Amino acid sequence: MNFEEIFSELKRKEAKDCDSFICEGKDLVNTLEALKAKGYEMLIDLTAIDHGVEASPRFSTIYHLLSLGEKNYLRISVDCEAREEPVVPSVVEVFPAAEWHEREAFDMFGIKFENHPDMRRILMWDEYEHFPLRKDFPLAGIESEYPEQDVVERTDLKVKAAPMAGGPFVADTAGPMSQTEPMAKDQSWTESKPKKEA
Amino acid sequence: MVTEQQDYAYNSKIEGEVVVSKADAVINWVRSHSVWPMPMGLACCAIELMGVGASKFDIARFGMEVMRFSPRQSDCMIVAGTVTYKMAQAVRRVYDQMAEPKWVVAMGACASTGGMYRSYATLQGVDRILPVDIYVSGCPPRPEALLDGMMRLQDKIKNEKSLYQMKKGREDPDHLPTGPR
Repeated sequence: MNFEEIFSELKRKEAKDCDSFICEGKDLVNTLEALKAKGYEMLIDLTAIDHGVEASPRFSTIYHLLSLGEKNYLRISVDCEAREEPVVPSVVEVFPAAEWHEREAFDMFGIKFENHPDMRRILMWDEYEHFPLRKDFPLAGIESEYPEQDVVERTDLKVKAAPMAGGPFVADTAGPMSQTEPMAKDQSWTESKPKKEA
Repeated sequence: MVTEQQDYAYNSKIEGEVVVSKADAVINWVRSHSVWPMPMGLACCAIELMGVGASKFDIARFGMEVMRFSPRQSDCMIVAGTVTYKMAQAVRRVYDQMAEPKWVVAMGACASTGGMYRSYATLQGVDRILPVDIYVSGCPPRPEALLDGMMRLQDKIKNEKSLYQMKKGREDPDHLPTGPR
């Protein structure tokens, strides 16, 4: 299928795996509807990317479609204009499967999906103030209050940053098994030893 | 050759129909062999927990086969899996709904310490919200490891001062452990 001729609003984007296009936010719903009518009837995935705090555009949402008839994958990406509170139209009307994916993208990146029927967080709790997959969110997390008051009263529970102690866990392959457990190489910051302020 | 059979077991004609013991020993003996687990299955550890409950490993050998999904009917919460902060309040409330006496087993790395999930979403050990009695290591633990942990729990139950605790509980219902503070 020659996508550019049929869909004038799509701009081809270089990609090594499948047909990939950039679409404007305002054209998104119509385009997906048209693609669905052309056989791209399955929404495989919907996710988002934070290109970095300084990057422009900062956020993109990604839609993967599959045509079962043509046996072809298609990727549509939409760049968000806003840097702090990005907004993208929801595609739930076209693909009902998008509902929870959009909630996840909202939960992790803070991208608001316009006309979504139920725009709530899905993984983190409703009172959480941060968006964990944004590039400016520290890997270890941010200390915050626990939202359930009755549990806090009984246990003094707080949402604490989990020390990453220098990065993701790695496993040594050499040496006895007791020392080859996956652990962070740098143990200078742990639960018992607070992090030194730089 | 046929030998005369001798009965070395308890002979009521000689010893009478009485067994002398301590109340604590009897109560703990009953409690430790009739643990009703509450399977708090939250991740892959729960699959091993199912294995423990099935015929091959057979937790019924230790009198713990009656898994109850209602906290009101169970007395040992087996936290099997990753506890996220979002789930933590549910875990704690289910624990609060269990009747005394009650015990907690943290099964596997995640329940014990957060395991490999050092992240913003994961509670770094269920002992931050519950008084844990037994930690079982492994990721996930083998069924034998959980059975070993449950046998250690039995040992622990057998050494409790149950009568004293019952008496104290009647005087002051708030003395019971509610978790870390």
